Amino acid sequence: MPDKANIDTVIGHLFRHEAGKMAAVLTRFLGVDNLDTAEDLVQDTLLKAMETWRFRGMPDNPTAWLYKVARNKAIDWVREQQRKTKHSKEAESTTTVEELFNEDEIQDSVLRMMFTCCHPSIQTESQIALTLKTLGGLSVAEIANAFLTTEDTIAKRIYRAKEKIKEEKIKLEAPGVFEMPSRLDSVLHVLYLLYNEGYHSSHGDTVIREDLCAEAMRLTYLLIQHKSTNLPKVKALMALMCLQTSRFASRTGDLGQIILLEDQDRSKWNQDLITRGLNFLEQSSSGDLVSEYHVEASIASIHALPKHFKDTRWDALVKLYEILNELKPGPMTSLNHAIATGYAISPEQGIIELEKIESLKDHYLYLCALGNFYLLSGKNSQAKELFEKALQKTTSLHEVELIKRNLEKCSEF
Amino acid sequence: MEKFMLIFHGGSDIAPEMKSPEAMQKHMQKWFAWIEKLSKEGRYEGGEALLPSGKFISGKNKVVTDGPFAESKELVGGYFIVNAKDIDEAISLCADYPDFIYDGKVQVRPVQKIDM
Repeated sequence: MPDKANIDTVIGHLFRHEAGKMAAVLTRFLGVDNLDTAEDLVQDTLLKAMETWRFRGMPDNPTAWLYKVARNKAIDWVREQQRKTKHSKEAESTTTVEELFNEDEIQDSVLRMMFTCCHPSIQTESQIALTLKTLGGLSVAEIANAFLTTEDTIAKRIYRAKEKIKEEKIKLEAPGVFEMPSRLDSVLHVLYLLYNEGYHSSHGDTVIREDLCAEAMRLTYLLIQHKSTNLPKVKALMALMCLQTSRFASRTGDLGQIILLEDQDRSKWNQDLITRGLNFLEQSSSGDLVSEYHVEASIASIHALPKHFKDTRWDALVKLYEILNELKPGPMTSLNHAIATGYAISPEQGIIELEKIESLKDHYLYLCALGNFYLLSGKNSQAKELFEKALQKTTSLHEVELIKRNLEKCSEF
Repeated sequence: MEKFMLIFHGGSDIAPEMKSPEAMQKHMQKWFAWIEKLSKEGRYEGGEALLPSGKFISGKNKVVTDGPFAESKELVGGYFIVNAKDIDEAISLCADYPDFIYDGKVQVRPVQKIDM
């Protein structure tokens, strides 16, 4: 048994992470039609580990232990199937399950699984659920909890994804060179959404949210490690995730209340993640293509650099949001552009820009942004009106609390 | 110090809560923490898990019959050998047994020692 003093750090999310790897390897061995079987065998393997390890402690090499048990279970299952069909079917490939359980092949299997789970013919929400279930090692209940929905809904999404894989005869393979860019886009999109769900959701449980972010980062990092997917765009997404995550601890107070960028204790920002994020961002600039992830990571880097909120380079942000608006047009991009303009030029200019956005008139974020610029330009009564309106547009406790703090500011003068 | 065998009946192997890898690992870590604590105090001598299947051999004719030997909630999943001053102390060591919440039971049996 390894040094027991730091067993928690040794073991981390061992089961969850190994579950994803084993599911990918076994699915590759058994064929994608047997995805369910692969998942069952993984579950059996982990149960077996739990049943034995708890009496004699963790083995010296827990990962090797798990792989060996999973491998044997898979071989037994295949033999059993062969007995049932009464003739030994020719193996479809010459690879044996032993060969698949080495580091390179495991990475390769996980990568193939990512492309299968995020296949464009599967709906986005099903892609996310299936990715979390098979590769993230999360249970249906855990996914439902993370997305604040019912187990039934998640189970249906996963079912639909698996049906689609069967219908479309989607194979467990990484796309070829020609297909790669577009297929990679849908994988990145899922990882981006997964990360955002963890980062922005109003879920009260920070552990769950951090888990989602960590899972998205882990899978993105895997793409970076693989030479066929180690593209600038992937590094840009990784940079974005590192830079955003660096602020995770300072974004909420002890009671879970929202702390805005302006008021955050910047000494709590994780400098190591900022450095890594900046490194990835630098590496991501090697290609000719500028993706939305490049721009978003650049925006995040501009927020991460200054020691004080007042030193933020708003003019650079205005330009970046203009570029982002071309790559990913939408009301939220316009909202951020307007806010950056308000800080770069004047609150009055911010109000003018905000009023150009039609589709967000009833969104609490929009109303708060507008209220904030009225407050900054000394028009407290108008600000108060807007914050009161914003209060009607959200049910999240922490958001309500944040708006109430703003309302107090309106009567401070 | 005397030796005692802690025999674990039922518990988390039959618990329906163990649906996710994370839940399994979290529960297992409670066991690790317990073993760690017992080891630090010089109490934990060793332990093993037992498979549910097995055989009975009985009678002059050595008749072999199949297990399992009990209903699954009574089934012995594994055992520890621990050191303790007396049975009361051995019982007190079981305070951290993680499977009480899953209706698990611990049987505490002194290992017989003959003074020579």
